Amino acid sequence: MTGGAALPSLALIFAQLSLLAFGGGNTVLPEMQRQVVQVHPWMTASEFASLFALAQAAPGPNMLVATLVGWRVAGLGGALVATLSLCAPSSLLTFGTAHLWYRFRDAPWRKLVQRGLAPVTAGLIMASAVVLTESTSTGWRTSVLTVVATVLFLRTKLHPLTVLAAGAALGVVGVLG
Amino acid sequence: MSESRATPSLAALFMGFFTIGVCGFGGVLPWARRMIVEQRRWMTAGEFTDLLGLCQFLPGGNIINLSIAVGARFGGAAGSVATFTGLMAAPMAIVLALGVFYNRYSDLPMVRHGFAGLAATASALVLATALKIASPLRGRPIGIVIAVATFIAIAVLRWPLAPVLLAAAALSILSAWRFAA
Repeated sequence: MTGGAALPSLALIFAQLSLLAFGGGNTVLPEMQRQVVQVHPWMTASEFASLFALAQAAPGPNMLVATLVGWRVAGLGGALVATLSLCAPSSLLTFGTAHLWYRFRDAPWRKLVQRGLAPVTAGLIMASAVVLTESTSTGWRTSVLTVVATVLFLRTKLHPLTVLAAGAALGVVGVLG
Repeated sequence: MSESRATPSLAALFMGFFTIGVCGFGGVLPWARRMIVEQRRWMTAGEFTDLLGLCQFLPGGNIINLSIAVGARFGGAAGSVATFTGLMAAPMAIVLALGVFYNRYSDLPMVRHGFAGLAATASALVLATALKIASPLRGRPIGIVIAVATFIAIAVLRWPLAPVLLAAAALSILSAWRFAA
């Protein structure tokens, strides 16, 4: 672990990500990975993917990957700083604009901006998915598992946690090599 | 116009969102709706949908923004602090416990392989979300071009997010406006 010296950098990175996260937490995963793997070499891409997977196994918002990244870099203080930095700027924005939103509920620009952002969000989340899959596909078996699980998520009503648990179980019994 | 039946206390706001945080495995939003609209009846379905629209429109985690907006509505700044801490407390503790467990036992092949399987499945969860979000773009050729260009800039070229987002959003909103009429 890098320790407390990394706290200001962590705060800056995650505060920026907060304001860039149009379309939710998943859209900033590639940038988060770029920052903590390349710009600041705090961990490898596969470590980042493991932390993301852990965050999916816990309940709650999918922003929790920030908690683990902060914790990995600078312990408990890092976990708090990263999580709060990722939440504070967007939260302040929400707090400040919630009452304005009602005033503009029928404004045409609101629909236009929403319609305009949709393709960008779609591209960003697809990028997140591919960047993550690159680091979690450690061989053909894990690649097949990702494809099969994707089909299960899309085509069945299985609870996501059931599929996640099954994926972990396949690994534990040694099927994934 | 409002059919909301009660103004919840700070403790009720905290507990309500605490429940959402604990229950929200694989998607928190359905739980939030259930608690806020159906169980505690803090808002009508219409009010909830409108507020959710704002939370999806602004940057940041949708459910986190929702906790802030709901807290602000019923209890001002203190209300937002109550809902936010309620939402985050348990999931943060749980995810850190998982992290400690992973750190301690990741030398064991069984644990390492288990987490490899979990990670591959977690990627699938994002992949499925991406496909669901992309599917309404069918029939919007310009939208598809912008989505693909954004994807290439981030996933293939690995360009920084801020300039890509600014350029793509500006182009996309402009084209939505240009072809709206």
